[in-house]
Amino acid sequence: MGIVHTDVVVVGGGHAGCEAAAAASRCGAQVILVTHRLATIGALSCNPAIGGIGKGHLVREIDALDGLMARAADRAGIHFKVLNRRKGPAVHGPRAQMDRALYAAAIRDLLAACVNLTLHEAAIEDLLVDATRRVNGVVCEDGTQIHAGAVVITTGTFLHGTLHTGGEQRPGGRIGEPAAIGLGDRLTRLGLPMGRLKTGTPPRIRRSSIDWDGLEADWGDAEPEPMSVLTSAISRPQLACRVTATGKATHDIVNASMHLSAIRNGQITSAGPRYCPSIEDKVTRFPGRASHQVFLEPEGLESDLVYPNGISTSLPANVQLALVRSIPGLRHAEIVQAGYAVEYGFCDPRGLHASLEARTVRALFLAGQINGTTGYEEAAAQGILAGINAARLAGRQATASISRATAYIGVMIDDLTTAGVTEPYRMFTSRSEFRLSLRADNAPSRLTALGQRWNVIGEERLRFAASESEALAAARLAAETIRHSPTAWRRLGIRTRDDGRVTTLFDVLSNGSLAPDDKERACALLVTDDRTIRALCHDAVYHRVAVRQSSEIRAAELEHETAIPEHFYAALPGSFSSNTRRILMAYRPHSIGAAARLEGMTPAAVAGLMHAVSSCPR
Amino acid sequence: MMAPPLADTVFAVAAGGRHAALTVIRLSGARCADILTSLGAPGSAPRMAVLRSLRDDAGRLLDRALVLWFPGPRSYTGEDCAELHLHGGGAVLEGVAHALSRLGARPAEAGEFTRRAFLNGRVDLLQAEAVADLVAAETDAQRDQALLQMRGKVSDIHAGWRLRLMRLMAVLEAQIDFPDEFAEAGPNRAVSEDLATLARELEDHLDRDRVSERLRDGLVFAVVGAPNVGKSTLVNVLCARDVSIVSAIPGTTRDVVEARTIIGGVPVTFVDTAGLRETGDEIEQEGMRRARERARAADLVVLVTDGQERPGEKALAFRPDSILLVRNKIDIGAAADGWHNVSAARGDGVSDLRAALAARARALAGSRHVPALTRPRHRAAVTDAAGHLRAAAALHDAEFAAEELRLGIRCLARIGEGIETEDVLDLVFRQFCIGK
Repeated sequence: MGIVHTDVVVVGGGHAGCEAAAAASRCGAQVILVTHRLATIGALSCNPAIGGIGKGHLVREIDALDGLMARAADRAGIHFKVLNRRKGPAVHGPRAQMDRALYAAAIRDLLAACVNLTLHEAAIEDLLVDATRRVNGVVCEDGTQIHAGAVVITTGTFLHGTLHTGGEQRPGGRIGEPAAIGLGDRLTRLGLPMGRLKTGTPPRIRRSSIDWDGLEADWGDAEPEPMSVLTSAISRPQLACRVTATGKATHDIVNASMHLSAIRNGQITSAGPRYCPSIEDKVTRFPGRASHQVFLEPEGLESDLVYPNGISTSLPANVQLALVRSIPGLRHAEIVQAGYAVEYGFCDPRGLHASLEARTVRALFLAGQINGTTGYEEAAAQGILAGINAARLAGRQATASISRATAYIGVMIDDLTTAGVTEPYRMFTSRSEFRLSLRADNAPSRLTALGQRWNVIGEERLRFAASESEALAAARLAAETIRHSPTAWRRLGIRTRDDGRVTTLFDVLSNGSLAPDDKERACALLVTDDRTIRALCHDAVYHRVAVRQSSEIRAAELEHETAIPEHFYAALPGSFSSNTRRILMAYRPHSIGAAARLEGMTPAAVAGLMHAVSSCPR
Repeated sequence: MMAPPLADTVFAVAAGGRHAALTVIRLSGARCADILTSLGAPGSAPRMAVLRSLRDDAGRLLDRALVLWFPGPRSYTGEDCAELHLHGGGAVLEGVAHALSRLGARPAEAGEFTRRAFLNGRVDLLQAEAVADLVAAETDAQRDQALLQMRGKVSDIHAGWRLRLMRLMAVLEAQIDFPDEFAEAGPNRAVSEDLATLARELEDHLDRDRVSERLRDGLVFAVVGAPNVGKSTLVNVLCARDVSIVSAIPGTTRDVVEARTIIGGVPVTFVDTAGLRETGDEIEQEGMRRARERARAADLVVLVTDGQERPGEKALAFRPDSILLVRNKIDIGAAADGWHNVSAARGDGVSDLRAALAARARALAGSRHVPALTRPRHRAAVTDAAGHLRAAAALHDAEFAAEELRLGIRCLARIGEGIETEDVLDLVFRQFCIGK
């Protein structure tokens, strides 16, 4: 019992909580991270992998803001693969499978290196909220009060969590860990709009019980590409995954027991992610498919656990065993831990500002799955912004946000805070209208300078970023200075369009159909390192689109920036339809851009809003 | 230009006017109720006609008028509206307009009522424009076209395109975001073919639209021929009016004279041109140059002769599909096969000629029951969209093809409903079993 003072308190030690605490610490705040179990800090609760298409972009953006995830993944990765390698660099998706234990250890090491960051083991029972609806701290279950200038809640699936395996259900946030009931009640009492979502996880299989022979091996890239720009090389040994598949026998078992599945028998009514369906969903929704792929992913170098990616389920444990054993290679498989579905409470993210601060409770920030997202990367990306803003608020600075045109982080937070969620939100590249400009490889040029303004970038990265951007600028200058006629290019062994026009080396590189050999000869004209050359080539390929998109971005930002003053809502003009009026009054969007993205706002209503706002006295 | 704020209350003469027996003034805006009260016609039941004495601020009687009250949002514009049915005549109209201005209302700009209806979500853009076309329609065909558009028939065609674009987008996006589901790295041939097909359909629609645009703006028929073959007389007869000075002296029509009429339900402008001949008269030469120019731009060239072949006539037959041959003066000369034989002066054969012209006019203006887009703005949007779809069809990198498709979708969104990411993702998850 007692009272502790700090600048920022972060509740939760998952991906959002760790990034939030570390970011706040980098910003110079005194930080206490409170978690109900220190041993589970940095745990990967579901699949042992980081990144992917869209998700990999987020990891690179977290790295560009000097976050932990990419660096930890590089230290723990045992299978690296850039997805979509055969497509253009804008949609490359860096992904890596993790050794779970190494990942958690890497996160703990990185947290330990943060100054003024204390880890504290306790369950949080309550929030301290004053009469002005400002949060001043948290109350631990033992009665200890931590007073803080800002509070970040990152409770993942723990808020009123319920675990389901077949007909069996019990409270819990993750297998073997209790749900956060007191805190959930408190957020409900504060009037935050709450809802429920569900997600699931497959059973874990004993590695030594699998018949590995005859299963197709899936190796990572021969030259693993690190997640973090600060990692020079991957040093861990690399493992292969094995690929198997469900068949008719499996589907028969699932169909015969469908009535026992928690997600099909009516026990769970909340929405789960459509892009991550359980095997029950797959069999029901795609009855015509004879087979579904299953990836057997090792959980670590030493671990005796294997994660069967593709058969997430909430069937009873005995059915799960039969199901697993019907799959080639798994005839003698032993299940170490049964799969389960988890239903959890989340706060409607439309109740948040773009800074992730609650609209109706000052100094309270929410990040991660509590906002209706799914995925480690989505959680971490929110955590980093919430941490930055908690530190800024505690330090009496204005909170910050990231635009849709700048980063996938901005796209995600804008989607969440303006459109809300109907299923757990996951990042896809299709969510960004500026996909060809927001590449995984140019995240540092998009975000590191911004992060520097927020003081969230450490010295090592600042030095690195400065030298890298200098090298790229020099290479670009050189590439735009080297100019030749088609004949002269041909003499150099580079075939260009034979239209008699003099072109620069940058023009030559921007030709997407340049033959690989010619491209190599062209790049050889530049004296710089491979990474810079690669970045330059990518810039060249997307140059034309980037120019067009930047004018689009300016137009969008202009619209986005047209602010709607709060007093506009006090006297909403009578000309709006009742539906438009209802939407506007419910969400009180802060800008025309935000209003336009609200569900139910027609283009005509937006046009009307623009007129009304422009004639509203400032 | 900044549009005036919606807070204004506006009024306009909706029907009648100075020389009519009745004049209807329509009001729209937040101050309608106040204004009615000040005029001495306070709150009556919605949509009920009541007889009221309207008075100005000095208490002088302006008129005994029927007053109708349409509270928003269930009104034409979505705002509070009212109608004042006044007695005709300039004095009453001026008095009431003056009183309305003093009470803070201002005269509406052209189309402002419909614009307000659009801004308040009462009509969509295509429908709003259709209202404008309906009001301006001179003919049955134009009216039918505008009504089709107003009832949303054109919007239906757009909805069809939108759905197909959404499906193509879903395939491309699934290939990018969920590559495990697809063997090929780039957009497959089926997608490229569908994109090209859709582009072609948009282009076909544009061709049909040119027809529709003609219907809206009317057709131009150029009447050409040698001097003194009776072109002006023929035009006069067809338009039933005295268009040009008619005389027996060659070269009487020295410039281009236009006459507007309705043929086959389509508005047609006859361009009566200067006769084509060798001459040293500069003014006449300029007139003939203009005649050739108009003939080239016209939808139909009506070539008139009087049976005597003259130099220059052949040169005009440069567009055999859009030329109609008329032999005039059969009262004094011989008729000829393959020609429309008339005597404009006597009226012989004119009704047959009129029927032939009507058939050509209807063919040129298209079937009135095919809904189409009638405005250059729509054509621009569809043209741009078709261009982006063509580009997308030709690209083999999925992310570039998707970008072109996105731009194409955005072009179409300028005149119809757009496509949101969630719409596309919905389709992706319904079509493909995503997720390992």
